[in-house]
Amino acid sequence: MTNPNFDLLMWARTTGFDIALAIMVGGILLRVVEIVVLGRKKDLARPKGNPVAQGLKTIFTRSLPRKGMVKEAPVTYVGGYLFHIGFAVAFLFLGAHIALITDLTGLGWPEANKALIETAAAVAVVALIALAWTRFSNPVRRMLTTFDDWLVWTLSILPLVTGYIAVNKLFGDGTLMMAIHMLSAEALMVAFPFTKLMHAVTFAMARYYNGSIQGRKGAES
Amino acid sequence: MTATLERGLNALREQIDAPVASFFTTCVSCGLCAEACIFYKETGEEKFTPIHKLDLMRRLWANEYTLLGKVKSLLGLGEKITDADLAEWETLVYDSCTMCGRCTLVCPVGNDITLMIRKMREGMSAAGHAPKELVGAAERHSDYGSPMGDLHKALKAQIAHAEKETGIPIELDREGADYMALLSAQEIAEYPGVLAAMSRIFRKAGITWTISTEGFEATNVGVQLGNRDVARTLVSRVVAAAEKLKVKGVISPECGHAYQALRWEGPNLIGKTYDFEVVHIIELLDRLRAEGKLKTKGKDDTRLTFHDPCQINRRGGINREPRNLLGLVAENFVETEDAGTMNWCCGGGGGVGANERAADLRFKAFNRKKRQFEAVGAEKVVTMCAYCHHTLEEQLEEHGMEELEVEGLTELLAEYLDDED
Ligand code: SF4
Ligand code: SF4
Repeated sequence: MTNPNFDLLMWARTTGFDIALAIMVGGILLRVVEIVVLGRKKDLARPKGNPVAQGLKTIFTRSLPRKGMVKEAPVTYVGGYLFHIGFAVAFLFLGAHIALITDLTGLGWPEANKALIETAAAVAVVALIALAWTRFSNPVRRMLTTFDDWLVWTLSILPLVTGYIAVNKLFGDGTLMMAIHMLSAEALMVAFPFTKLMHAVTFAMARYYNGSIQGRKGAES
Repeated sequence: MTATLERGLNALREQIDAPVASFFTTCVSCGLCAEACIFYKETGEEKFTPIHKLDLMRRLWANEYTLLGKVKSLLGLGEKITDADLAEWETLVYDSCTMCGRCTLVCPVGNDITLMIRKMREGMSAAGHAPKELVGAAERHSDYGSPMGDLHKALKAQIAHAEKETGIPIELDREGADYMALLSAQEIAEYPGVLAAMSRIFRKAGITWTISTEGFEATNVGVQLGNRDVARTLVSRVVAAAEKLKVKGVISPECGHAYQALRWEGPNLIGKTYDFEVVHIIELLDRLRAEGKLKTKGKDDTRLTFHDPCQINRRGGINREPRNLLGLVAENFVETEDAGTMNWCCGGGGGVGANERAADLRFKAFNRKKRQFEAVGAEKVVTMCAYCHHTLEEQLEEHGMEELEVEGLTELLAEYLDDED
């Protein structure tokens, strides 16, 4: 007898994935266009520095904390880095993920070993939990936190946890767990353009604008 | 909806552009901007978190400039902005922000929060929610030429005084001079010594300069209040005066927001690139130093530190220049923690100093600087903004530290100028 969950997994792999991908790509394009069409007036002040070069540079340099800042909010900084790095490693270097990306884009790269992937996923999960804790315990973060933040948090942790369970066949039916893993990733994809997950794309715009505004004045960014 | 609220929201809508939309889209509510803000750090009150000060602008953007927000608004679900909200936010936007720019340099996703505060003030003032002191100063500035009223007489008296002191004439309205110097109202009223200092330094350097009686006031309350029309009127006066006198350059005085208003906002306010150069006095003096035209003798041996005005350094890019100049005349120069680009604000910028309601808050905010000055055992603080100078003196007095002397950099340099022929 065939596993009844098999159909669900197949749907998640094919139709479900295609729908999620279409919403994500279309949604991101829409959101980016929504921003860009608002335009920006040409700056008529004679530049002192190079706005374009500094804008581009700031996209990268702003990834590093400013001197002395980490000690002001250690959990947010360290948790933030560990989550982003852990998530990226688990997502980009697992063999099955690479195969999927190759399928879509033709691009490929070597996979990492299982221990590294699992450590990365575990680190990302612990970091997310620590970050959630600061959203309760730190008054500033508590005030700023909205439903959107919790939704994004949940959508980020689910693929990590379900992936770990599915790969290691920890419990439940393996096929079902894999289907759930795929569906959780698809939920993240669908929500991406309409939540703060968008920052993963628009950070480059924000940093560019910041750097170019400061750069024109010959000021640091 | 009242007419003023509608006017305020319209003014705010005009301020929403691609950078603003990208900033709000990208914010991850990490709260790190709070760690950069002197008002949060010195009070511990979370409402002073920089991005929170912009929440009404964010709401407007979310409701009207995003697809999801538009759908929500159609269904009557969008969070509305009321007059009561504006009243509540008035103190956040004006009293607890000096537009110092620290948050802008710290936000990990790159949001220029300070720029958005500047923009939000346009909406707040149009809605009639701005501190009365700034509104009054804007009226005086528009009607009488300076936020302190008509300063023509005072200027002439100070010029006569400087001429007597130095024996060097200062020619008013001189066509074709190299530079047209501006002054801040604070200098004319409180620190006129800068006139004699410039006079001596420029004569020695062989620079011709003048002051226009039609546009000598550099400050611009329009950019603090958030009123582009006022800001434009004030910048236009200076531009017209400079064009009339056909000068090569305009010297922006030791004043932070004046430099910001004239050098960076000005061309955008009047809609054209200037055909003259705008140079900050300290930038010019450092240029003269590099060209060997500014020679000094002797040095100040007090333990001396430097206060960076936010609008001139962090938001103006003038960081090395004052330090080069201090190297000429300071024997015992010591930097405080975070000095330079990440220096902490004196607490008086962005109109906060003029705002009576904010007095207690800015005194509290100054504790940061107080600790830093104490930590380096400073005997003198040098700065390059007359309003920082004024605020530092006020704050030091309030904190029982009057013995700590404050001095403007141009005047300090003039003290050690080697101007023997
Ligand atoms: S630091 Fe930047 S991303 Fe974080 S809450 Fe402030 S504005 Fe938002
Ligand atoms: S500009 Fe300065 S004072 Fe204003 S919110 Fe940012 S850090 Fe605080």
